[in-house]
Amino acid sequence: MERALQQIFNFNRKPADEDKDDDLSDSEDSVYSGLEDSGSDSEEEEGSDDDEEEGSDDNDDKMKEKKEGEVSEEKKKHEYEHDSSDEEDIRNTVGNIPMEWYKDFPHIGYNLDGKKIYKPIRNKDELDDFLDKMENPEYWRTVHDKQTGSDVVLSDDQVELVNRLQRGQFGDVNFNECEPMVEFFSSDVMIHPVTNRPADKRSFIPSLTEKEKVSKLVHAIKMGWIKPRRVEDDGRGRYYNLWASEDSSILARHKMHLPAPKIPLPGHHESYNPPPEYLFTDEERALWEQQDPADRKLPFVPRKYSSLRQVPAFSQFIHERFERCLDLYLCPRQRKMRVNVNPEDLIPQLPKPKDLQPFPTTRSLVYRGHSGLVRSISVSPSGQWLASGSDDGSVRFWEVCSSRCMKTVQVGGAVKSVAWNPNPSVCLLAVALDSVVLILSPSLADKQVILSSERLLSAQQEGEEPAEGNGSVVWSEAEGEELNQGLRLKIQHPKAVHQVVWHAKGDYLASVMPDNTSHLQVYIHQLSRRRSQNPFSRNKGLVQCISFHPIRPYFFVATQRSIRIYNLVKQEMTKKLQTNSKWISSMAVHPGGDHVICGSYDCKLSWFDLDLSTKPYKMLRHHKKAVRGVAYHRLYPLFASASDDGSVIVCHGTVYNDLLQNPLIVPVKVLRGHVMTHDLGVLDVTFHPTQPWVFSSGADATICLFT
Amino acid sequence: MGGLQKKKFERGSATNYITRNRARKKLQLSLPDFRRLCILKGIYPHEPKHKKKVNKGSTAPRTFYLLKDIRFLLHEPIVGKFREYKIFVRKLKKAYGKTEWSAVERLRENKPTYKLDHIIKERYPTFIDALRDIDDALCMCFLFSTFARTGKCHVQTIQLCRRLTVEWMNYVIASRSLRKVFLSIKGIYYQAEVMGQLITWVVPYQFSHDHPVDVDYRVMATFTELYTTLLGFVSFRLYSSLNLVYPPKLDSNGESEPKEESEDDYAMNSESYLEKLSALSASLARVVSSADEEEAQLDQFPSEGEDMEKMEAREKELKQQEAQKKLFEGLKFYLNREVPRESLAFVIRCFGGQVSWDKSVCIGSTYDVTDETITHQIIDRPSVGKQYINRYYIQPQWLYDCVNAKILLPVEDYFLGVTLPPHLSPFVEEKEGDYVPPEKLKMMALQRGEKPGNEQEEDEEEEEEEGEQEEEQEEDDNGDEEDDEEEVAEEKNLKKMEEQRSQGKSLHVKVTPGKLKVENKARLEQEEKAEEKRLAIMMMKKKEKYLYDKIMFGKKRKVREANKLAAKRKAHDDSEKAKKKKARK
Repeated sequence: MERALQQIFNFNRKPADEDKDDDLSDSEDSVYSGLEDSGSDSEEEEGSDDDEEEGSDDNDDKMKEKKEGEVSEEKKKHEYEHDSSDEEDIRNTVGNIPMEWYKDFPHIGYNLDGKKIYKPIRNKDELDDFLDKMENPEYWRTVHDKQTGSDVVLSDDQVELVNRLQRGQFGDVNFNECEPMVEFFSSDVMIHPVTNRPADKRSFIPSLTEKEKVSKLVHAIKMGWIKPRRVEDDGRGRYYNLWASEDSSILARHKMHLPAPKIPLPGHHESYNPPPEYLFTDEERALWEQQDPADRKLPFVPRKYSSLRQVPAFSQFIHERFERCLDLYLCPRQRKMRVNVNPEDLIPQLPKPKDLQPFPTTRSLVYRGHSGLVRSISVSPSGQWLASGSDDGSVRFWEVCSSRCMKTVQVGGAVKSVAWNPNPSVCLLAVALDSVVLILSPSLADKQVILSSERLLSAQQEGEEPAEGNGSVVWSEAEGEELNQGLRLKIQHPKAVHQVVWHAKGDYLASVMPDNTSHLQVYIHQLSRRRSQNPFSRNKGLVQCISFHPIRPYFFVATQRSIRIYNLVKQEMTKKLQTNSKWISSMAVHPGGDHVICGSYDCKLSWFDLDLSTKPYKMLRHHKKAVRGVAYHRLYPLFASASDDGSVIVCHGTVYNDLLQNPLIVPVKVLRGHVMTHDLGVLDVTFHPTQPWVFSSGADATICLFT
Repeated sequence: MGGLQKKKFERGSATNYITRNRARKKLQLSLPDFRRLCILKGIYPHEPKHKKKVNKGSTAPRTFYLLKDIRFLLHEPIVGKFREYKIFVRKLKKAYGKTEWSAVERLRENKPTYKLDHIIKERYPTFIDALRDIDDALCMCFLFSTFARTGKCHVQTIQLCRRLTVEWMNYVIASRSLRKVFLSIKGIYYQAEVMGQLITWVVPYQFSHDHPVDVDYRVMATFTELYTTLLGFVSFRLYSSLNLVYPPKLDSNGESEPKEESEDDYAMNSESYLEKLSALSASLARVVSSADEEEAQLDQFPSEGEDMEKMEAREKELKQQEAQKKLFEGLKFYLNREVPRESLAFVIRCFGGQVSWDKSVCIGSTYDVTDETITHQIIDRPSVGKQYINRYYIQPQWLYDCVNAKILLPVEDYFLGVTLPPHLSPFVEEKEGDYVPPEKLKMMALQRGEKPGNEQEEDEEEEEEEGEQEEEQEEDDNGDEEDDEEEVAEEKNLKKMEEQRSQGKSLHVKVTPGKLKVENKARLEQEEKAEEKRLAIMMMKKKEKYLYDKIMFGKKRKVREANKLAAKRKAHDDSEKAKKKKARK
C-alpha cells in the first residue's frame, strides 16, 4: 500500500516539479511542518512524542533522497523532450496484430499506401544459427523482433534493464522504493482538514445495541452460562505428596481386585548377543515362519549382532506396548488357583509286591504245537493236565509240568471254548465249536476216574431219550473213529456256540449262543439226564459270557454292558451290575462268590463287590488294549487279566471276611511272553488250581506258563 | 403349592455381572468414553466362573464386568467432566459453523479439563501399591519420550514424559538402586530395587519409530495420561524420601559441575535446564545439605525362628549389594561418540563411576578425551586413531556384564575388535534340571572368586582338553574294540552253539558249563523300585493320573528342551573347534 501510494504521489508531483523552479525541499518541509503542528491531538497524547521523532527522522531521509532525485529528474526531462504521443517510434505500420498470421507469407503487412512490407531476407538455417551462436560474441544479446522480423542487438543499458527486471527490481535505477508514506488521513487535526463535518450525535450518546449486548453477557455470566476466563492452571506436572495421609483401610473393591500380571522377564533368547545355542537353525526358522503367530513359542526370531552399534530398532516395540495396554483394560481376569503338586505325592501308597508273594513272576514253560491262535485253555481240577482249543481245529492235552502234548484231538472246526469238568472224580472236557458242544473223555487219569466218568456219561442212556419240547438241541453219541479219539457226546445247538462253562458240581453245563434277536441265547444242559433247557424267555441283550456261582444256585449272565445275576431256584433276577464299560468281553467270579471281575473291550477291568453296590468298586485301566480274559485263583488271593497288548497283569486281591473292610487290590506283576500277531495278544488266561501259576494262551499259537 | 415362582437369572452370579454394552448404557457414555473411563479407573472385565449362568444360558462370547465396579463408576466425577467435554465440543462446532470467532476463542479458553489425582489415590491407596504397579508406567513414558514431536500425540505429553523419565533416572542414580541391565534386541531392560520393590522397565533404542497403522494411539495416550500423573506423584514422593528437591535441581556446589562455557552455546536457560538434567552427569540438590549420606549401620535383631545360617546368608547378600553399589567407584569413563550415551551414563553413574563424553554429543560433559586420569574409554568401532596408553579401550557390553555379574569382569574379552562373549539375561534364574549356558557357569565361578587362567593357559587347557577328548575318543575306540571283541566272542559262542545244535541233531549231546551271571544288586534294586512305581501308577485314580501325566509331560518337555540346547551348543563348539584347527593348519 505504502509503496503504491508513494508512486501515486510521485507521479502527481511530477508536473509540479517541472513547474516549480524553487528548491523542492521547501515544499516538503511545509507539508511536514503542517503535520507536526497538528500533532497535539487530545486522544493520542502519549504517542505524539514518538510520532514527532519518527517524523523528524523521515525528514532527514527525505532530504537525502531528494538530492538524488534531482539528478534523475534531469535525465527524465531529457527523455521527455523526445517523447510525445504523436511521434511514436513505429518501425512498421502493420499494427499490433499476432505476427503468426503472416507466418507463411513473404511480407509482414502493409504500409499506408497498401503496399506490402516484405520481411527482411533471412536465409539463416539452423546450422547458420549454430555457427552464429558459436562465433558471434554478440549472440547472447541479440533478440529477434517479431514485429519487424529483424534481429536487434541490445545495448548495455538495455541488458542492464533486463537484468534488473529479472531480479524483480524496478526498471529505473534511481527509483527509491522506500520513500516515507504521506498520511492523508490521520488522527491529527489538520489546519485544512480533508472533511469538516461536525461529529455525529450518536457518537455522544451511549449505544443501545452495545448496551443490549453487554446486558446479555452480564446475564449469561450471572446465570453461569458463560464462565469467567479460567485461570491458567498448569494442573499437569504439578505434583505433591499424594500419600501424605495413608489410610490403611482397604476399599471393599480392592478385595476383589486382581492385579495385572507383570510382563514376563526376558530370557537369554532375547539378548542382542545370545549364546549360539539360542539362535535358530534353518529348520527352526522355517518352522517359526510357518507357524501361526498365535502358536509361536517366541514372538520374535533371536538375532545375534557382533556389536552394540549394529542393533537396529525393534519394529514391534510400539505394537507390544499397545498389546499390553489392551491386555490391561480389555482382557478378562480370573483368579486361578495353581496348586504346586509334587507328582510323587499323587502316587498311592500300596503294600510292596514283595510282601504279597507268592505270585507268578517269570515265564517258565512254553507249550508249542498249535498252528492257529489258541482261543481257550482249561486246567484239569487235579492240576496235572491242560487242555487247549485252537483255531486250527484241534484240542490238545498237555502235561503241565513237562509241557508235553499228550494227546491231540481233531474236532474239525475252530474251537471257541474248552472247559474241564471241575468235579475231580470225573475226567471230562467240554469243547465248543461251531454250533456243537462236544463232551470229551480224554482218559488222562486214574482208571477209577475214567470209569466214573464213563458211568456218568452212560447213566442216562438207560433212561429215556431226551424228550425236550423245543427240540432245538439234539444230543447224540459219538461213534466210530470219534469214539476212539475220546469223543463221547455231541450236543447240537441251533446256532454257533461261543462259550461253555461247567457248574461246580460237574453235572450241569451252560452254553452261550450270542444272538441279538432271539431269547435262545443260553442253554443249561444236565449231563446225567441229557436234558437241555433254556432258562430265559426274554431277550435282554446280546449275551457275552456266563458263569455259575461257585457255591450257591446263582447264575451270572453278562450282556454287552451289564451283568445280571439270576437265582436259579427262585427263577428270578436278583441283581443287575452296571459295568460302565462299552462292551464286556469276559467275566470271572471269585471263589467266595461275593466278588466279580469283568474285563471289557474298552481296556477296563472292573471289580464288583456284590455286597457293596451294583457299581464297580474299582476300575482298573492298566491295559493299553482290549481286555480279553480275566481269571481268579481258586486258593490264593490273585486275579489276572489278559489283554490284546500282549501282557498279562497279575493283581493281588485280598477279600476280607470282615464286611466292613473293602478288598485290597494291588497290581503285583506285569507278565509278558506272547508275541503280537494280527493285532491280537493274549486271548485267554487261567490259573493253576493249586499252585500260584498262571497260564495264558496267545494269538501266536503258544501257551505260556508263568510261575 | 403357594409362593411365587422363582425366576431364572434373578439371583446368584447372574446378578453380579453386567455385559459391556449394558454397562455403557447404564453410564450413558459413548464407547470411547467408556473405554477411557475404564482405563483411568482401572476397571477390567472379569471372567465369571460359570459363564452359562451369567450369560443367561447362552454361551456366546461376551465380556463381563462386575456390577459393583460399574456402580462404583456411576459416582465418578470424571464422568461429569466427560459430559462437559462433549457439550464443549458441540458448542465449539456450533460456533465454528456460525463463524463466531470470538465465541470460539472464549470457548477454547474455557475448555474443560480434569485432574486424575483422586483416581491415583483411589487406585493406589498406599505408596507401595503405586510402586508395585509402576512398571508399565515407566515403559510407556520411556516409549513416549522417544517419539518425534510430530503427529501421533501432543508435544506437551512427549515433553512431560521426557521430564518424568529424566527425573526417574536421576532418582535411580541418586539412590543407587539399579540392580540389573539387559541389552535385548527389543531395547534395554533395567531393573531397580526401590523400597524393596523390583521394578523393571524397558527403553527402546534411540531410533525414530515407524508408527504401525493398526495401533490405536488414543488408547495409548489415555494410558499415558494416567501414567504420567502416577509417575509424577511417585517421583515426588521418592525425591522427598531422599531429601532431594523436587522438581530436581542440579547441585550448584557439586564437584562435577558442568563447564560454564558450554552454556553459552544454548539459547535459553530454561531450555538447557532439562537437557542438563538429562545429561545425568551432575548430582542433584538436596533439601537438607547432604549431612547423613552414610547410612547408619543396621541393627540386627536375631529372631528366634531364624537360624544363624539364614542370617549370615542375608548379611552376605546385603554386603554383596553394598559392594555392587560401589562397583564403578573410582573409575573414570569416557564415552565415545558412537555408543548410546544416555544408557551408559545412567549405568555408570548408578554405580558410582565418573563419566564424560564428547562436547558435541551432549551438554554436561565434564572432562575431555585428553584427560590422563581416564581409566576406561567406551568405544564401539573397529579401530581408533589415537590411543592413550594408560586407559582401557573397551566395548560397551563390558559395563552391562559387570553390572549383572556384580563384579568387575576381566577386560580382555571386551577389548577393541575382539569377538564379544555372549550377553546373558540376568533375569533368568536356572532351577535344577534347566539348561545353564557355559558362559553363566564361568561367570558364577568368577563370582565365587575362582580365577580362570589367562588366555594362554586357556589355550593350553583347550589343547589339553582336546588331547583329553582325543584320549576319550581313543578310549571310546578302545571301548568299541572291546565291544567288538565281545561281539566276536559271542559270535564264536553262537557258532559253537549252532555246531552243537547240528551235532545235537546227530545226537551228540554235550553239556557246556553255564556261565555265572553277575547280577548288579544296586541295579536290580533300582529296577524293582521302578517296577513298583509303575505298578502303583497303574492304581491311580483317573483324575490323579491325568494330573500326574500332565506334570510328567511338562517335566519331560523341559528336559528335552534342555538337552536340545546342550546338543546344539556342543555341535556349535565342535564346529568352531574344527574351524580353528583348520585355520591353524
